Amino acid sequence: MTDLQLNDILGKYAECKREYLIPILQDVQEAQGFISKEAVQIIGKYLNLPSSKIYGVATFYNQFRFNAPGRYIIQVCRGTACHVKGSSNVLDALQRELKIKAGETTRDGLFSLEVVACLGACGLAPVICINGEFHANVDNAKAYQLIKKLIKESKVEADNVKS
Amino acid sequence: MSSLNEMKCCDKCWHDNTNQCYDLIECLNSEPKCHQSEECKSLLESKFAKLRYEKVEHPVIFVGAGTCGLGAGAKKTMAEIKRWLMVNDTFAEIVEVGCIGLCAEEPMIDVQLPGKSRIAFKKVTSEKVEHILNSMFDGKIPLESVLGQHKSETSENWQNIPFLCDLSFFSSQTRWVLRNCGIINPANIDTYIAYGGYKALSSALTKLTPVEMVQKIIDSGLRGRGGGGFLTGKKWKMAQDQKEEQKYLICNADEGDPGAFMDRAVIEGDPYKLIEGMTLAAYTIGASKAYIYIRAEYPLAIDRLKEAIIQAKDAGLLGHNILDSGFSLEIVIKKGAGAFVCGEETALMHSIEGKRGMPKPRPPFPTQAGLFGKPTVINNVETLANIPEIVAHGEKWFSSIGTERSKGTKVFALSGNINNTGLVEVAMGTPIKDIVYKIGGGIPNGKEFKAVQIGGPSGGCIPASHLHIDIDYESLKTVGAMMGSGGLVVMDEDTCMVDVARFFMDFIQRESCGKCIPCREGTRRMLEILDRITTGRRTTKERATLERFQSIMQLKGLSSVIQDTSLCGLGKSAPNPVLSTLRWFKDEYETHIYEKKCPAKVCKDLLTYSILEENCTGCTICAKKCPTNAIVGSLKHPHYVVMDKCIGCGNCYEVCNFEAVLFE
Amino acid sequence: MIKIEVNNKTTEAKPGEYLLTTLKRLNIKIPTFCHIEGLNPSGACRMCSVEVEGIPGTVPACAFPVYDGMKVQTHTAKVVNARKTILELLLSNHPDDCLYCVRNGNCELQTLAMELGVSERRFYGEKNNHKLDTGSPAIVRDPAKCILCGKCVRVCEEIQSVSAIEIIGRGSRAYVGTAFDEGLNISSCINCGQCINVCPTAALTEQSYIMEVLNAIHNPKKVVVVQHAPSVSVTLGEEFGLKAGTDVNGLMTAAMRKIGFNFVFETSFSADLTIMEEASELAHRIKTGGALPMMTSCSPGWVKFVEQFYPEMIPNLSTCKSPQEMLGAVIKSYFAEKQKISPDDIYSVSIMPCTAKKFEAGRPELSNSGIPDIDAVLTVREFAKLIRMMGIDFKQLEAEFPDNPFGDRSTAGKLFASSGGVMEAALRSAHYFLTGKEMDNYIVNEVRGQDGIKTATVKVAGQELGIAVASGLGNARKVIEMIKSGAMNVHFVEIMSCSGGCINGGGQPLKACTEDIIQRMKLLYKIDKEEQINVSHKNPSIVRLYEEYLGEPLGEKSHHLLHTHYHKRDVMI
Repeated sequence: MTDLQLNDILGKYAECKREYLIPILQDVQEAQGFISKEAVQIIGKYLNLPSSKIYGVATFYNQFRFNAPGRYIIQVCRGTACHVKGSSNVLDALQRELKIKAGETTRDGLFSLEVVACLGACGLAPVICINGEFHANVDNAKAYQLIKKLIKESKVEADNVKS
Repeated sequence: MSSLNEMKCCDKCWHDNTNQCYDLIECLNSEPKCHQSEECKSLLESKFAKLRYEKVEHPVIFVGAGTCGLGAGAKKTMAEIKRWLMVNDTFAEIVEVGCIGLCAEEPMIDVQLPGKSRIAFKKVTSEKVEHILNSMFDGKIPLESVLGQHKSETSENWQNIPFLCDLSFFSSQTRWVLRNCGIINPANIDTYIAYGGYKALSSALTKLTPVEMVQKIIDSGLRGRGGGGFLTGKKWKMAQDQKEEQKYLICNADEGDPGAFMDRAVIEGDPYKLIEGMTLAAYTIGASKAYIYIRAEYPLAIDRLKEAIIQAKDAGLLGHNILDSGFSLEIVIKKGAGAFVCGEETALMHSIEGKRGMPKPRPPFPTQAGLFGKPTVINNVETLANIPEIVAHGEKWFSSIGTERSKGTKVFALSGNINNTGLVEVAMGTPIKDIVYKIGGGIPNGKEFKAVQIGGPSGGCIPASHLHIDIDYESLKTVGAMMGSGGLVVMDEDTCMVDVARFFMDFIQRESCGKCIPCREGTRRMLEILDRITTGRRTTKERATLERFQSIMQLKGLSSVIQDTSLCGLGKSAPNPVLSTLRWFKDEYETHIYEKKCPAKVCKDLLTYSILEENCTGCTICAKKCPTNAIVGSLKHPHYVVMDKCIGCGNCYEVCNFEAVLFE
Repeated sequence: MIKIEVNNKTTEAKPGEYLLTTLKRLNIKIPTFCHIEGLNPSGACRMCSVEVEGIPGTVPACAFPVYDGMKVQTHTAKVVNARKTILELLLSNHPDDCLYCVRNGNCELQTLAMELGVSERRFYGEKNNHKLDTGSPAIVRDPAKCILCGKCVRVCEEIQSVSAIEIIGRGSRAYVGTAFDEGLNISSCINCGQCINVCPTAALTEQSYIMEVLNAIHNPKKVVVVQHAPSVSVTLGEEFGLKAGTDVNGLMTAAMRKIGFNFVFETSFSADLTIMEEASELAHRIKTGGALPMMTSCSPGWVKFVEQFYPEMIPNLSTCKSPQEMLGAVIKSYFAEKQKISPDDIYSVSIMPCTAKKFEAGRPELSNSGIPDIDAVLTVREFAKLIRMMGIDFKQLEAEFPDNPFGDRSTAGKLFASSGGVMEAALRSAHYFLTGKEMDNYIVNEVRGQDGIKTATVKVAGQELGIAVASGLGNARKVIEMIKSGAMNVHFVEIMSCSGGCINGGGQPLKACTEDIIQRMKLLYKIDKEEQINVSHKNPSIVRLYEEYLGEPLGEKSHHLLHTHYHKRDVMI
């Protein structure tokens, strides 16, 4: 993320109030996918807040990441309804298939696996969400299929870039 | 854009958004107030009737486009509808509506043909669109996809099609808060007004003082729908009595309870009701600024709210000098960043202030010194959405339904092992049994009911023996549960209650803010104890065995300390899921502890897998899918499981085509 | 006054006060980990839980205001069990290495475990795993021993306005750390050590140099010289059970000789030297129109604070080195020449009330010709440990006198130990330098006492001199902001990093309460009142040093040895 982009974000918050810290962090994460050290320092200067405070706030909330996420962010809903309908199996299956644990990113940078408390779509349980798109009634087999599809998709993309 | 300003009956009407008329809403709903004209009256009436789709001149297709609908594929359905219309060169108006509450049948669409009532279709995935539309426009009704029809008094109802309100899912409900959900277009304030919206605000601003408002809400008996059940009017009064210039209203839409989605559905389906309720609340307590603290995981709801705020402002129903009353209100949306503890009032306020969402001790209470140190009222979405209803219909009307101490209705998110998952609203005092069986349609796949979890991580499980209990703040407490925000998760015989307790404990300990020691360290140790109960089949160490035997005692001991000493409500209620399962399902705990078996066959570590020789064909698929190479055998010969290597993932069971894999 | 009932006895309480304050006054001991006198309650540790009639569960005494007719029970079975359980929970996530711990015998967690009768391990489970942070020359962090009471974070933020540390993460994975988990040494930490003073366990301790000092003492080639700061003799006694406000200067000198230090000098001597230079510098700046207000630079935490937060104010800092560094400089020059020892063979130790002095000693700009002026800094706590380690029965020692040429001091130099002391000492000498006459009354009451910010206008040589004194960096920040905005117009500002000055420094004996600090302060004023030499310029050793070696204040030699310059510092603010 360039300083210019960051300045654009900060420009949206004309008043330098601490109240805007979380919205700014959310905007930064949306723009660059994660919260970088540099961004924290610039935000700190803008809001006149120590970077330790900003880091403390950012690490408190589930939403913020401090490393670049993968190309596909897979969120597994672990709400009650999803749990009762077997989401822990889905999570296990994904962890096995991707060979990463929840909260990690595959080495090729393709997948990030995350657990979310509840996506609020309990009627479709178990639900997983890939880059913002919901997938309903997921079981292990469906999870495997989705992964395969995405790998294929990314390969096609890569080939297109090459040619 | 609101078309309200274009809704002027004639040039005599002088209302516009810079020059507001305080009679606007009343005028629109009845007849012009500033001049008499039958012509204008009928003009207004016909405009409203049109907005309510009472009589349509062309076909209208309503698409349920809430998060659950979209998750089930509503977007594809909609694209397909558009494609069909284009290919068939047919015109129809497409209206996106929120969720009517029957998530299990999503994606849903309604089709209304001119002169006829609106028919609802269920499970309309994109491939079904063609058939449904072909038939409908051909005058035939594809009965297999029909859910029912909306009863109409202005158009002709269809023959032989059940009315939605007669379906058992709807007939046992009392839909006040959800009245408009799935009916109106949530992206158009005019339809909300056409369905009676903003009448309450209009009459309150012109006829009621804030003191009278408070009394009205106190008299209605409305209690907070977010969990605690504190009398809403009393809370407002405490804030109203404060002599501060600046006060705040906060709407808590941070529905963190896993298994609850009431707030999301209400906002997605009828955002104006919340905004009207907030405006009424802010007027009552004297707040000029209000915040909506909403989960970032609800992007659609946030969009709906943003749009609704713009439209309300545009229509002069929000912002400066609302309806020329002198009362102004600014509403700001704050996206939560993912922390369950921010459902706690003081933590939520810290989060809005840009701090770590950690609770602080009370007193002082938020109504005395809350957000930025100013008197603040925090109400949840459902509480606020009830306010317009109370003001519009009267406190007596509201309190006429319910039990002695719990009045009105309660919205529940019904999910889990139940046929009709969805959003339901019932009168207080409705037996839980009715929700599960009449509305929910019972347990799927012929399974046995085991328990219903109510109140989320702070609540408890109610067993079959107590299903007759009424929905009521007090009576739920007697069985170790609580009203909570409205998550209602049904569990069947295949659910392990120890695992459920472990699930909630895992959630709570991950979401504990870490400030106070009993909650931070205590919930973690409780989780570890539950972990030891649900795993550890292979440990034979003496100490481990002793620990297992002590676990129930330790869980109880820790629970009481955590309940007594924790700083905030999250901690104080953290042990509830464990205590309630211990109370009703102690035998399951004991089977886990003493026999090292999980009766529901859920706790993987306690399961033993084996292969039934007679059934095994030696196809090798299980061996191939086994992640730990725990299955051995050669092609076309029966395989067997090496116990020490097996991690109990269940892959073999899933892939076996010959029912040769057994587990217990 | 209102009436409340505590343990069935009716008693009085002040309206609005917190219950814990009332209970303390009644001498009812309630344990607490997170309470800090004078700051808003956090209610985090829940150790002070008590039962109040009509309230379900328990309430935290520290955060619960009393009300008329309140009925409190402080030691019911329920609360005692709760306190014990909470403590056991803490222990279940604590390294079991008490025998190898710096705070062994002086740890609040350990003491409370004993008092509450913890004798078996009831809870097992995973313990948090954290890395030691040993990168800072002053402070060591061991988050594994942290019980997350949050006091260090609050002191760093609310008292010092530094916020180098914060609680990071959430729930059972929360820990106290710096931004992006950098080491303390590259954070904005100013090394004041106030966090150590409030830490109930050994999660925060000073970087210890005891072994280095011992090695030097046992090295026959080294001449080991020790200096002790003005406040050390005032507080050291507390480490050996003497009550706060007991001067142990003579005993301490004796102990130093017993340990094996070859020369014992007083930093109060070089405090006098600092006054000679600083008062002259002030007079010079006023005369020549230099940067005003001039701000003291004795307190190394404060100096780093300016370098990183207010670099634009660096020209206002006095160029004088701190007394520790001035003495270090003359020891390795004047003294070495006099004794005919190579400066390389001198090992210079200082006993300081301060952890930031350890950092200061390592500053490259404060060493002459490549060798550091000070080789090792020990806090009062470390020094007490060294005394014990060497088997010295402190209270039975016979008082001794320090060595020449740096053993004499004026009481003005001694006053450096307290907030306002540098100011008072400087005014006394400045008055003399500017008028040639002594002040009628040396005592400047306006700069004495416990207040965080003290201001006054004094008349010197017909000129109105505006002065400000602040202690605690939060107060310092307020003063700077006032100066920058023009709301405060003064000539001379004294800042000490720690509230109350060095007597409350981050290297002082632990568990001192406000009353102890007041007693320490009173002792200093008593010494000033009772002794004869009250001004720095009359200290005979100072007079001799200028005659024999330095020439005059602000002279060429002084400039080379006793003055320095500071630079903007880039840290993770």
